[in-house]
Amino acid sequence: MKLELGKIKINDLQFADETKVDSGVLYVNKDELISILKKDDRITSIELEIVHPGDSVRIIPVKDVIEPRVKVEGPGGVFPGFMASEEMVGSGRTHALQGAAIVTTGKIVGFQEGIIDMSGPGAEYTPFSSLHNLVMTCDVDQELKQHEHEEVLRMAGLKAAKYLGEAGRNIEPDIVDSYEHKPYHEALAEFPDLPKVGYVYMLQSQGLLHDTYVYGVDAKQILPTLISPTEVMDGAVISGNCVSACDKNATYVHQNHPVIEDLYRYHGKEYNFIGMIVTNENVTLADKERSSNYTAKLAEMLGLDAVIVSEEGFGNPDADLIMNCTKLEKKGIQTVLITDEYAGRDGASQSLADADPLGDAVVTAGNANQTIVLPAMDKVIGQQNVADVIAGGFDGSLNKDGSIKVEIQAITGSTNELGFHKLTARGY
Amino acid sequence: MKDKLKVVHYINQFFGQIGGEEKANIPPSYKDEPVGAGMAFNNALGDSAEIVRTIICGDTYFNENLEEAKAEIKKYLIEVKPDLVIAGPAFNAGRYGMACGAVAEVANGELGIPVISGIYPENPGYDMYHQYAYFVETTNSAAGMREALPAMVKLIKMYIEKDGDLGRPEEAGYLPRGIRNNIFVEERGSLRAVKMLVAKINGDDFVTEYPMPVFDRVDPVPPLKDLANAKIALVTSGGIVPTGNPDHIESSSASKYGKYSISGVKDLTALDYETAHGGYDPVYANNDPDCVLPIDVLRDMESEGKIGKLYDYYYSTVGNGTSVANAKSYAQEIAAELVSDGVQAVILTST
Repeated sequence: MKLELGKIKINDLQFADETKVDSGVLYVNKDELISILKKDDRITSIELEIVHPGDSVRIIPVKDVIEPRVKVEGPGGVFPGFMASEEMVGSGRTHALQGAAIVTTGKIVGFQEGIIDMSGPGAEYTPFSSLHNLVMTCDVDQELKQHEHEEVLRMAGLKAAKYLGEAGRNIEPDIVDSYEHKPYHEALAEFPDLPKVGYVYMLQSQGLLHDTYVYGVDAKQILPTLISPTEVMDGAVISGNCVSACDKNATYVHQNHPVIEDLYRYHGKEYNFIGMIVTNENVTLADKERSSNYTAKLAEMLGLDAVIVSEEGFGNPDADLIMNCTKLEKKGIQTVLITDEYAGRDGASQSLADADPLGDAVVTAGNANQTIVLPAMDKVIGQQNVADVIAGGFDGSLNKDGSIKVEIQAITGSTNELGFHKLTARGY
Repeated sequence: MKDKLKVVHYINQFFGQIGGEEKANIPPSYKDEPVGAGMAFNNALGDSAEIVRTIICGDTYFNENLEEAKAEIKKYLIEVKPDLVIAGPAFNAGRYGMACGAVAEVANGELGIPVISGIYPENPGYDMYHQYAYFVETTNSAAGMREALPAMVKLIKMYIEKDGDLGRPEEAGYLPRGIRNNIFVEERGSLRAVKMLVAKINGDDFVTEYPMPVFDRVDPVPPLKDLANAKIALVTSGGIVPTGNPDHIESSSASKYGKYSISGVKDLTALDYETAHGGYDPVYANNDPDCVLPIDVLRDMESEGKIGKLYDYYYSTVGNGTSVANAKSYAQEIAAELVSDGVQAVILTST
């Protein structure tokens, strides 16, 4: 499977009469997009606003961030299983409007939604402050249960991303990156002298608002399985998570998967990147045992020598991370783990809920309990009063002057465990 | 030029030149001048800092009267308001190391005063109190004073020069304090992971960014023999609280726990209870809080005589994102109360 990912650089975002891309500017017909989104009669109100890097704007509570894309050649469409059929993606050509994103907000669904500050100290902690964001504030029928509320917003975000992505269909991309995943027998034969490496992609699937979807299937219902890295880069995995904002994988990060990108960097030079396994993080012990056993078995069946394992979330999934690590290592498959830490506000606690000496190679995305003061912004999109109750906030987080003291746990993407950002922690 | 830093020096009876083991029972006292090694510190520190008070306490007294000793020393420190505390060095003297550590806990943990000390890494004082002081590594006996003293002076001078920002332990020359600090680095995490993977495969040196801790494993206690006469308590990390969350327990990273009376309560209803937990969809727990905190079932068992009595209170916190250290301290406090109230067993419910 060969995927060409054409990146159309977006330097500005503006409302206009017609939705189009022209000279790096993404123009959006606001009324047309609102009318499309309002076809879902569970939505009671919807507003669209544009924010740019450096603006004195706070978006809270953020649910998801999505990159607008369009499939221009090859089978399938963007967000298969939701916005497109069940056709397999990952080959042909897809265009991405790089530098723009849809950010969804509105009344809080669960507790675990985040903050994006477009400027100030908080902006450094979120990778999404560097994007031109179309912010969708969406409220729904009060009768809806939380999981229905989540679904409405998820679908609205995907619809908007698909709608905007269409504007890039006939635009010549600035860069075309090409990624190829060959059939296994060819891939294994290609670099016989290099170590065979893979990637174990753990998806948040604790359920009850902690869901991730693979081709529209709730990941808690899957057995670990093989997936082409190009399928992931082509939108096969999307977020349905109300998990702590810092370390949930926003759909944007699934689409721009940093581990896959960086494994391709040294493919054929330092190692042979054979492929990847997608697995889940379910809550029962039996599920955890089965999924980690199955993952280790698949890695063995592929003949892998070493893998990167990334976690999503914290606490309960630490057990899945350690099970995956120990079972792989005991089969002689070397591991590097990517996680983040909950070391307490003082940094003095042990950081994970489970640990094992076999996990001797760990990359950390930082201590999510560290607190930060986010100064008041000129404008707030969403509802700032949720600062006291979102995960990472506490009683008194929101000050009268509009500043907020929170753990960085509340900042969207701050400790992303796909290694999307540059924050880390060290022992002092 | 910066003002001279005011320093208080803590030492034991031996280094305080009062006496050996026979004087180890003396309570804390002080002199407003350097004593013993303190004079060498003062000379070496020159214009940068000066010991203005020396606190001396017997090692046995300190360890056998821990709270009294700490309170007295806290008083001495508040009187002087030093910029810095030097403790020891304690080398591998166990009681002295524990005392230096406890002084650091008071000075740094309670009063926010930085502490520089010297210790042998296997001294239990380091294990117990490492987060409160910058400990320079010393040899295991006082014969190493000739090396320890200049190493501590160097660290103090560095501390003054860098306005307290010593940087990482291996760079500055102190023993790790077990504190995790966030920093931004040049390369994103995924690339660091790929490079670490290459190094691990090739057998090259690499440094893990998080050394895995040795985990506490607790052996289960033997089962109760007589359930029908046992007093049972419920403790939950599932966040069940009286409606309105009166103690404002956080939805994640809880900084506290609540204790609530269930005397006379037979069933938790959606009207009176809810969950404060932010880590799961609360719909079901809010509809019927008994599914997280099963009061209804335990009341049935109580009336059927299967258990002796359900304890009159339950304890609740939120497990979501709560650090292990906080969870451990809540558990210690809760367990002490339960034991003193004659509770024989606890059912811990999570989510």
